[in-house]
Amino acid sequence: MNRRELLSTAVGFALAGCGRSRTIQGSVVGASHEFGHLLRSGGLPEPTSTETIPIAILGGGISGLSAAWRLLRSNVKDFRIFELEAEAGGNSRYGENAITRYPWGAHYVPLPTAESHWVRTLFEELGVIEGNTPSGTPVYKEQYLCAAPQERLYIHGRWQDGLVPALAATRAEMDEFDRFSEIIDTYRERRGKDGRKAFAIPMDFSSRDADLLELDRISMTAFLQERGLRSKPLHWYIDYACRDDFGSGAGEVSAWAGIHYFASRESDDTVLTWPEGNGWIVRRLMETLSPYVTNSALVYRVQPTAAGVEVDIYRTGEKRSTRIVAEHVVWACPVFQASRVIQRAGALHQSIAAFEYAPWLVANLTLDRFPDQRAGVPIAWDNVIYDSESLGYVVATHQGLSAHPRETVLTYYHALAGPASAASRQRLLETDWRSWTDFLLGDLSKPHPEIRDITQRIDIMKWGHAMVRPRPGFVWGDARQRLAAPFGRIHFAHSDLSGFSLFEEAQFRGIVAAEQILLVM
Amino acid sequence: MVYALLISVFVIASCGLVYELIAGTLASYLLGDSVTYFSTIIGAYLFAMGIGSWLSRFIGKGLVARFVLLELMVGVVGGSSAAVLFLSFAYLESFRLVLYGQVLVVGILVGLEIPLLLRILKDKIEFKDLVAQVLTFDYLGALIASLAFPLLLAPRLGLVRTCFLFGLLNVLVALWSTFLFKNEIPKNLGLRAQSIVASLILLAGLFYGDRLSTFAEENLYTDSIIYAASSPYQRLVVTRWRDDVRLFLNNNLQFSSADEYRYHEALVHPGMSWLQSARRVLVLGGGDGLALREVLKYPSVESVTLVDLDPAMTRLFSTNELLRKVNQDSLLSPRVKVVNQDAFVWLSENSEFFDFAVVDFPDPTNHALGKLYTTAFFKMLKEHLAHGGAAVVQSTSPLYARKSYWCIAATLEGAGFQTSPYHAYVPSFGEWGFILASNRGYEPPTRFPAGLKFITADTTRALFEFPPDMAKVEAEVNRLNNQILVQYYESEWRQVEQ
Repeated sequence: MNRRELLSTAVGFALAGCGRSRTIQGSVVGASHEFGHLLRSGGLPEPTSTETIPIAILGGGISGLSAAWRLLRSNVKDFRIFELEAEAGGNSRYGENAITRYPWGAHYVPLPTAESHWVRTLFEELGVIEGNTPSGTPVYKEQYLCAAPQERLYIHGRWQDGLVPALAATRAEMDEFDRFSEIIDTYRERRGKDGRKAFAIPMDFSSRDADLLELDRISMTAFLQERGLRSKPLHWYIDYACRDDFGSGAGEVSAWAGIHYFASRESDDTVLTWPEGNGWIVRRLMETLSPYVTNSALVYRVQPTAAGVEVDIYRTGEKRSTRIVAEHVVWACPVFQASRVIQRAGALHQSIAAFEYAPWLVANLTLDRFPDQRAGVPIAWDNVIYDSESLGYVVATHQGLSAHPRETVLTYYHALAGPASAASRQRLLETDWRSWTDFLLGDLSKPHPEIRDITQRIDIMKWGHAMVRPRPGFVWGDARQRLAAPFGRIHFAHSDLSGFSLFEEAQFRGIVAAEQILLVM
Repeated sequence: MVYALLISVFVIASCGLVYELIAGTLASYLLGDSVTYFSTIIGAYLFAMGIGSWLSRFIGKGLVARFVLLELMVGVVGGSSAAVLFLSFAYLESFRLVLYGQVLVVGILVGLEIPLLLRILKDKIEFKDLVAQVLTFDYLGALIASLAFPLLLAPRLGLVRTCFLFGLLNVLVALWSTFLFKNEIPKNLGLRAQSIVASLILLAGLFYGDRLSTFAEENLYTDSIIYAASSPYQRLVVTRWRDDVRLFLNNNLQFSSADEYRYHEALVHPGMSWLQSARRVLVLGGGDGLALREVLKYPSVESVTLVDLDPAMTRLFSTNELLRKVNQDSLLSPRVKVVNQDAFVWLSENSEFFDFAVVDFPDPTNHALGKLYTTAFFKMLKEHLAHGGAAVVQSTSPLYARKSYWCIAATLEGAGFQTSPYHAYVPSFGEWGFILASNRGYEPPTRFPAGLKFITADTTRALFEFPPDMAKVEAEVNRLNNQILVQYYESEWRQVEQ
């Protein structure tokens, strides 16, 4: 009796890495919300110089870069890209340290569907697609396909292969997964009365059949319940997918969007990924586009005039402003930013207010070594913890060629899902580095009790407006469709206009904006 | 007197805890699965302490003498427990039996200590003070031990010597008690003598304890160890028995000097002699320099690049006299350039061309090594072969891992090579497989360098014949995004091991 308590604490202490404690370094990177404050508080200096640029592309994310890429393909070179951050890339930005490059946001692209013509064209240009089989199927460069093992799930103290929580499901519950797949298969194969795929990527190519668009009125959870699908493992799985792709739980996501996630692609297809995630695409695009990009440029006023558009830009580095007089403007920033910036937008404001955004936390953990191999399957590219608030982590060195990687970087994703995005955003921004690292280390210590002892450094990116939320009614509602059309000489181009944040959608919107301009030039 | 005894309580409490921590740490170190072993060892230990406490009621007269004896026993049994565990792991099959048996014995002895001490002290202090003071010092001792063990002792002294040190403390308590209670123990000379003998044994253990772990490791191998070292990548052990020198990497046999010539002649000559006048040769893996030794038998060879990840490996084989005799100083040849880098990474960053490439990697036991047997890797290898060049790939055993072997062949074909599979018998490995990959039709050569012990024109032709038990089977192509080979390999070798 007498020593029991001390024994157990002492042994617990020995178990916890022989009592060795270390200080984990790190920082919060990216400061775009501070620029947001600057914009809201007003008082930015008036322009001291004027420049004429035929086409001004505002925003250097995937849509802005894609618009530029499309213009260059038609040999149009008189444009400039203005980017708020110190680097282009938007959600596809990446970081780099002595071990590897790693993503700060978007980290993969599913194999492009036949409708994603421009994605295939880009990938042919970048050498991602090496050729085509006689039947016309693209052949991808092996190194860029996600290496096996692709996904694993930590559940009941074990890692299982794949994300369908087989270890937690009874036979009856597994049957629900089959029924769900059958429903999805029906939608995947369905062609609408207009001859289009029921759910296509880009989403603009989807059928407009009324019964399909009706699906936008209910939530994904309601859809499952209507179909009699109620099991917890299935609901967890769908909710996980929604949080992963839309930053919102299945209860807050339109059933149209939720079904689109599953039915728009081939069921067994893999994904393309790189150590730096979609940052690889940015890096390759920037090889030709970097001379056209101006970084650290805060666009604070866009004013349509009779002859064109005046764009006032504050250079955050030089602390002075310039006026750009453009014939055409591509608005490739998130839509919400337009409300304060675009003047005389009138009726547009109401539509802009309908765009809601999910906040995200992304953390990159630099590790001395890989986590211990414990019960279950070995480490995969995507590693998810069942019933966790987070989305788990991807391994940046997974696509590397080394047969003996030692150190690595894990990219941890956490979408702050929940109905009140403004409150979640406040929580994201106000919670400091220490509290966030405590939160994520606590989460990761479930599968990896040693995580604190092997982590050198944790860098955190707070994405206040990470992605637009496809709430019920939003995808096929008026607001989104109104902004998808040009506003005079301002051409909106952002994945926001598709209702969800996908690489293919961002690229498509950029291409469409560029083609609208090419058409009138 | 009372305080002296309370200090004893403090010491024996810390000793008791340390034995338990050592059993737990050693078991999880040797067997893995720390949660299971720590948890069951704590349980067994506490249970044994309970038995000890219960048994204490059967000890009647001569309490003090019994206490001294008990301390001696705890000191010797507990103090040598780490050494015994290490040795039994090397020598005995029933390690777990020894482990839990020892935990029970030490636990029972430790469980006896406090009840006996309480009874010895009960007439000297009032009961409420007695309980309060003894338990205070007991807990305090446990705390200090629990802090000192992970922070100071285990890292500085190692487990074996820490264990001996605490055994010595137990014995010193016994010795001290013979002085403290000299009135109550009539014949204490015998006890003192025993204490001194026990101290000497434990002192010896304390001084020579670090040799024990090497000694125990030596017994994991049948022959005597002449070299053992850990690099960041692997554990290298070289053994020798008479003329037979063997290399083990992570406990897996890499070669035996008695028959390695069969392996390395078969690896190199069917390809090299066919090419006749290869000038630039690439060796991937093979840091032992043995494939290199065979390559250097061709005067046409102007330069060889050897890419092996582990500098500890290439350094060992270019400095150790015995090993240099085995590879005939191949690593020191002026024609050879050694690169210590990851082979796949090196290939992706290099643009040289080679007439012949020898690919001699470890078997695809995990996903990381599996990458070195994918179409992506072989395509990259192909881009480094000169026109008309060839490569040979060590491809595990076509007998024990038949599907894995033919999977590697299918993968080479998937990467655009023409393949010529062959095999050789290497006694220490068994039947072993190789695949020659090139871009033109292969014909087994008829002329070889002089002095070969295994490869001749006649034997070579036979190597390309596959009897039915190794004949080709359908297998999928191994790609980075399916890693099918690792799955084949795992299931096939698991069957062999059963």
